[in-house]
Amino acid sequence: MKALYIAGLLVSLCILPAQASSTYEAAVATDPVAEKRLQALSRELRCLVCQNETIADSNAELAVDLRREIRGMIQEGRSDNEILEFMVTRYGDFVLYRPPVKAITLLLWGGPIALLLIAVLSLRSYLKRRSILVAKTDKPLSAEEARRAEALLKELDSK
Amino acid sequence: MNRYFWILGAFIALAALLAVGLGLNPREVPSPLVGKPAPAFNLAVLGKEGETMGPEAMRGKVWLLNVWASWCVSCRQEHPVLVEFSRRGNGTPIVGLNYKELRGDGEIDMRRVVPEQEAPLARERAAGWLKQHGDPYLLTVMDIDGRVGIDYGVYGVPETYVIDKEGVIRMKHTGPVSPQILNDKILPLVAELSR
Repeated sequence: MKALYIAGLLVSLCILPAQASSTYEAAVATDPVAEKRLQALSRELRCLVCQNETIADSNAELAVDLRREIRGMIQEGRSDNEILEFMVTRYGDFVLYRPPVKAITLLLWGGPIALLLIAVLSLRSYLKRRSILVAKTDKPLSAEEARRAEALLKELDSK
Repeated sequence: MNRYFWILGAFIALAALLAVGLGLNPREVPSPLVGKPAPAFNLAVLGKEGETMGPEAMRGKVWLLNVWASWCVSCRQEHPVLVEFSRRGNGTPIVGLNYKELRGDGEIDMRRVVPEQEAPLARERAAGWLKQHGDPYLLTVMDIDGRVGIDYGVYGVPETYVIDKEGVIRMKHTGPVSPQILNDKILPLVAELSR
């Protein structure tokens, strides 16, 4: 009986926060398709107040307002692209988590690839130079050197 | 020796890049609205019952639009600069856009505010704040729900826009206007646009 009570308490504790936030946004839940679109769209958009959060994650005032705005536009029957365009004309490309490829964002998109390329090329040339160096300087041990190496190894083994 | 020179060079380049990056302000997001016509609105004027105003009323004038709210701490910081600016009286009007006077205030539980009461309460608070801190505005319009703020891409109050005679936004400043920004950026631009 007691175990049942505790289990029930745990379950209700888990549900409680979810309920609290869903009453906050009760208006959307009525239409699951619109809700899904709202979720997808708000995950694409940056909250400019907290900058590293999406509008979906953020509880900042502005994020709440923008979700409301998106919801309104979905109800008006606007397309996803129109809604994203609405945000970009107001807040700029920065609002998009996946900024478009443009002259100004070229470094952003191409930078990592360019760095990787430089790294691979320099690694290759380094390995090449090294193997040439090794081939040039690598000689078999002389008889005297071989004897000394043998003696040293033996000394180690006896310890 | 040559090799160490390269590594040192790469390190200095990286350090310089990071130093520049640290010096940048991530809050300063370039506004796509610069160079575009100021978005239209038609909002109630504070202190004038029944009167509304929109940006077209300012045609032919260079003017500033300043977004503020009584709950905004940085607005209090910039306010003396604006009051001083209006006192100096060079004729550049500042229009105040009061942004979410009640809804933006984290300390107000909006569920307890009766919807019909919101507008009068917001007006009362805004007017009280201007009385206390001085009123540099030609007039203030009330953006109760923040919709106009969204059209202007407002994301951090205070924000200030410089709008030219044709109604085109020429500059946007996010954050409090300091005397330095006013003198070095806003005033020269206003002078140039007024010519």
